[in-house]
Amino acid sequence: MSAAAITESGVARRILIGAALLFLLFFLLLPLLSVFAQALPAAQAGMARATASFGLGDVGTAIGQLAAGFRESLGPYLAAIENSDAKAAIHLTLLTAAISVPLNLVFGLAAAWAITKFDFPGKGILITLIDLPLSVSPVVAGLIYILMFGANGWIGPWLMEHDLQIVFAVPGIVLATTFVTFPFVARELIPLMTEQGRDDEEAAVSLGANGWQTFWHVTLPNVRWGLLYGVLLCNARAMGEFGAVSVVSGHIRGETNTMPLEVEILYNEYNFLAAFAVASLLAGLALVTLVIKSLLEWHYGHEGGAHR
Amino acid sequence: MRTELALAPNVTESSVRQARSMASIVKHRARTRYRSIIPGFGPTLGFALFYLSLIVLLPLSTVFVKSAGMGFEAFARAAFSPRTLDAYKVSFGSAAAAAAVNMVAGLLVAWVLVRYRFPGKQLVSAMVDLPFALPTAVAGIALTAIYADTGWVGHWLAQIGIKAAYTPLGIVIALIFIGLPFIVRSVEPVLADLGADVEEAAASLGAGRLTTFRRVILPAIAPALMTGFALAFARGIGEYGSVIFIAGNMPFSTEIAPLRIVQQLEQFDYAGATAIAMVMLVVSFGMLLLINAIQIWSRRRMA
Repeated sequence: MSAAAITESGVARRILIGAALLFLLFFLLLPLLSVFAQALPAAQAGMARATASFGLGDVGTAIGQLAAGFRESLGPYLAAIENSDAKAAIHLTLLTAAISVPLNLVFGLAAAWAITKFDFPGKGILITLIDLPLSVSPVVAGLIYILMFGANGWIGPWLMEHDLQIVFAVPGIVLATTFVTFPFVARELIPLMTEQGRDDEEAAVSLGANGWQTFWHVTLPNVRWGLLYGVLLCNARAMGEFGAVSVVSGHIRGETNTMPLEVEILYNEYNFLAAFAVASLLAGLALVTLVIKSLLEWHYGHEGGAHR
Repeated sequence: MRTELALAPNVTESSVRQARSMASIVKHRARTRYRSIIPGFGPTLGFALFYLSLIVLLPLSTVFVKSAGMGFEAFARAAFSPRTLDAYKVSFGSAAAAAAVNMVAGLLVAWVLVRYRFPGKQLVSAMVDLPFALPTAVAGIALTAIYADTGWVGHWLAQIGIKAAYTPLGIVIALIFIGLPFIVRSVEPVLADLGADVEEAAASLGAGRLTTFRRVILPAIAPALMTGFALAFARGIGEYGSVIFIAGNMPFSTEIAPLRIVQQLEQFDYAGATAIAMVMLVVSFGMLLLINAIQIWSRRRMA
């Protein structure tokens, strides 16, 4: 049977590809580009002038205009990022991710080990519960910590007595971020380790390796790329979380503002350039995450790939 | 249980024999008690359960306990006030509309990525995950910037009389952005696994491409499409960051349910916020059950 019978004609194929790319252009590419364009308005203007010159065939002028536009943009852009509130927000975001990501990494490894290397009743329920935070609204994720640790919460009064503050302070931000990024490492590892089975570990153990040796020398090398991708995704989400953190943050500038919250405040103050400048750092992080993910996928097949 | 001795370097004759005899003991034990010889079950499961309870289950239980303590009437008054009811309608309606658009567009993107070769395909494939990686607040301000009346796309839409930002349409646009990868990533593997033989059979029996698609391919990918729809819908009803910038947030028209929770919290009405959260959690858990049911159903159908 010829292949032509199970594919579309060249015209139909081109129309379908064109439609898909057009959709992605309007809903993914333009939003991404606009972050950088809004953060560097002079560069955008320079690019427009350069395009016009280029159209007239004046390549030299075009390059000059392009360079001038970028130079002109760079000052305000750097000023927005080096602003003390923005710097404090960057610090807090890095701190939050530095606590939440390792916690969820350890949990992901422990949960994946227990789930994939052993049989026990209730495993399916455990897997569903691990995915639970994905289906909870970020706003609800913030609310539950207020109900736990807020002034009228379950242990709020006790915390007040001991002069401890969790919500509307940094610990609350870390907790809410940990909740939201909870499943990312585990859900990368569980399908991967299920697929790889238990034979390698059983061989190692029967040859006298102890649990740690088996984990370090057998399991970890087998799952490192999937693990790396899970950590990257976890980190991207931890640094970018908005809804949950917004609810538990005290919104005190320079103290309890993360980068996404700083973006919101700047935006609501109509300081669009600064808002998009901080946003461009987060968009850059997202791009780096996607690039590394794609590289892992190209080099290691689907092992490093996303499952959802 | 199979032991792969070839994998270990420097194995001596005696260690192989030893391992074999151990493996046979293990096999004997496994037959009777199904016990794994791999260590670490207790500590890892113990830690996983402890951490899960501490970070997820215990905090989530506060919503149920506080709702139960409110009494039915107070709960209903807080959870189903006219303004909040309208917010549910906006949230559920726009999430359903966006997921429906994504079902068509996502299937198209998945189809093109699986079936055709074109320059830049790898880049396009990587782009699809952008909504997973881009912070929601960044997506929100970026979408607002391009779909506002003065934006790159918005000013064209304005010329034909369509206002996108600060209307329900804007909410749908934000949720299309957020939901797209759920559909594409659900459908892609199923479409890739679909054997060419059934399509060849359909073609040899005289079916055209459209008929083959409708009668052969679509039924095969239907469970994956529905799973993708449910995932995108579930994510859409809870979405906050990308929506509030583009929504306009007008009571009774462009206010979403999560925003109502935030508003109650700003007024220190924790009971009111909890009641709305309870409704949303019930809907989320319902969606989770539905997704599991679809997967069990499709697995059984495939078997």
